[in-house]
Amino acid sequence: MIVPPVPSEEAASAPFWDATRTQRLVFQRCDDCGAPVWYPRAVCPTCLSGNLTWTESTGRGTVYSVSVHYRAPAPELTDAVPYAVALVDLDGGPRMLTNVVDCDPEAVRIGDPVRATWRALPDGRHLLQFAPDPAGSLADPPTSQ
Amino acid sequence: MSHPMRGSAAIVGVADEVSPTGELDGELRAIEARVVRAALAEAGLTIADVDGLFTCTGGTMMPSVELAEYLGVEPTWTNSTQTGGSSYELHVEQAAAAITLGLCETAVIVYASTPRSNRRRGGAGMGVLATPERVEWEMPYGIFLPIGAYSLAAARHMAQYGTTPEQLARIAVDTRTWATRNPRAFSREPITVDDVLSSPMVASPLHRLECCPVTDGAGAVVLTSTARARDLLRPPVLVLGAGSHHTHSMISQMPDLTSTPGRVSGARAFAMAGCSPAEVDVVQLYDSFTITVLLALEDLGFCAKGEGGPFVGDGTLGPGGALPGQTSGGGLSYTHPGGFGMFLLVEAVRQLRGEAEARQVDDVDVVLAHGCGGVLSATSTIVLGSEATA
Repeated sequence: MIVPPVPSEEAASAPFWDATRTQRLVFQRCDDCGAPVWYPRAVCPTCLSGNLTWTESTGRGTVYSVSVHYRAPAPELTDAVPYAVALVDLDGGPRMLTNVVDCDPEAVRIGDPVRATWRALPDGRHLLQFAPDPAGSLADPPTSQ
Repeated sequence: MSHPMRGSAAIVGVADEVSPTGELDGELRAIEARVVRAALAEAGLTIADVDGLFTCTGGTMMPSVELAEYLGVEPTWTNSTQTGGSSYELHVEQAAAAITLGLCETAVIVYASTPRSNRRRGGAGMGVLATPERVEWEMPYGIFLPIGAYSLAAARHMAQYGTTPEQLARIAVDTRTWATRNPRAFSREPITVDDVLSSPMVASPLHRLECCPVTDGAGAVVLTSTARARDLLRPPVLVLGAGSHHTHSMISQMPDLTSTPGRVSGARAFAMAGCSPAEVDVVQLYDSFTITVLLALEDLGFCAKGEGGPFVGDGTLGPGGALPGQTSGGGLSYTHPGGFGMFLLVEAVRQLRGEAEARQVDDVDVVLAHGCGGVLSATSTIVLGSEATA
C-alpha cells in the first residue's frame, strides 16, 4: 500500500531506520528517568537528558485509536483507500502513528492486539506497520494482580 | 482582589470580510489594509493611533514587521506568534497584557487568508503542516491532515465514552441553523442529522458535513485601554479573562486524545475573569470539525469529561438552546480560511454589542471565544464582557 512518500531520515533516527533493514523495531529509552521516547530525538522529552539507549521491542501492541481513510492526502495514495490510520501503544513502549494492514480496515477496533509487520522500501529500509495479532488476544490478560 | 488584567483592555473595533462565493477580491495586502481600516473606523480611530501590531500570516519571515511597513505603522509592540487557528485569541491575551502594562496603547490584530482563490489559480493551498517530523513519522502512513488527526480523537472519544455519530452530527446541524440566519455565510441550506450522516465519510468517524469548508476570509480587531475605550464610538467590549496552553504539535504526540489544552487555557481564562461557565451567555468555540466543539465543551467545564455527546444532543448550541454557540454559522458554515479564530472574536463582539441582527441572542453580557490551533495542539480562551461586567 503506502510506499510514497518515502520517509526522510534524520541523524537522531538513523539507528531506527538501520534496524528496519533487518525488520527489527527499536526505540529509545531514557537512562535517567526511564521514559520511553518516540519519535527518536537527541534528548528525552520528559527530563531533557541526553542519555538515551536504544531498546528492542517485541513489536506487540494495542490499537489506541483508528480512523479509516476514504480520501487520501496525495495522488499516489488514491488507489489505496480505504486504509486504516491508527495510533498503536507498543507494549512497554511509546505510542506511534501507523497503519493496521493485512485485514479489512473497517474491522479494526480500538483495543485490538496488533503486531509489527514490515513493508519494503525501495532503498532496503522497511516501513513499520501493524497487523492484527490473534495470539495477542489469547495472551492478553488485563486482570488485576 | 481581581487580576490586574481583568477588564483593563477592551475591544473597540472589529471588521471581517467573507463572501458567498468563498473568494475575496484583491491581493492579500490590500485585503489586510481594508479590514484594518474598517475596524479602526468603527472605533473612530486612525492608523496613526496604532502602536501595537499583531499578525502571523502573510509576508515571509517577519509577518508583523512586513505588514507594519505596508500599512505605515511604526509600533512599539509587535507580535507574529503563530499557534494556528488559536493565534488570534492568543493575540488578544498578549495585547491586553501589553496594554495593561503600558507597553502599547492601541493594538490591531490582523488576519487574511485566500486559500480558495489560491487553489483556483493553481497555487499552493495550505501545505503548512509538512514539518520534518511529520514527513518522517506521519506522512508515510497516509494520514490526511488535519482531518485524520481529529478523526483519531473522535474515534477514541466514541470508544471511551460512548459518544454517538448522531451527537456529533447535531453540532453541525445547530451550526448550520445559525448560518441560515446569516446572509454572509458560505453554506446556508438547512441540514438534518440524517444529511450529515449520509454525507460521504472522509476519515471515519467524520463525515464531509462535519468538516469546515475552505474559503477566503479576513478580519481585524482593535484593542485599547478600557479608560480610552469609553471615549470611542462603540460600547467597549472588555477583555475579562484570557489563557493559553499547548501540549504537542503532532497528533501522535498528544498525551490523551480525549483531553485538549483547553483544560488549562479555559481554567486560566475563567480564573482571571472571576467567573464560571455557568455565567457565560454565548460561546464561540473553534469548530474546524464537530469533535473540536465537543472536546472544548468538556475541557472548558460546560459539562463533565465524557458527557459532551449528551450535552449537545438536544440542540443546546442552536438558536433558543441553553448555550448558543458559533452564532455566525461557525467555521463549519460561515467561513474557514485555514484559521477561524479571528471570526470567533468578531462574532463575540457583535453579540455583546447587540449587532448580530437575526442571530442576536437576548441579554448577552459574557461571551467566551475559544481558539484551537494545529491538531488539538494549541488553545487560547478569551472571556469577553459588556460594560455591565466591569
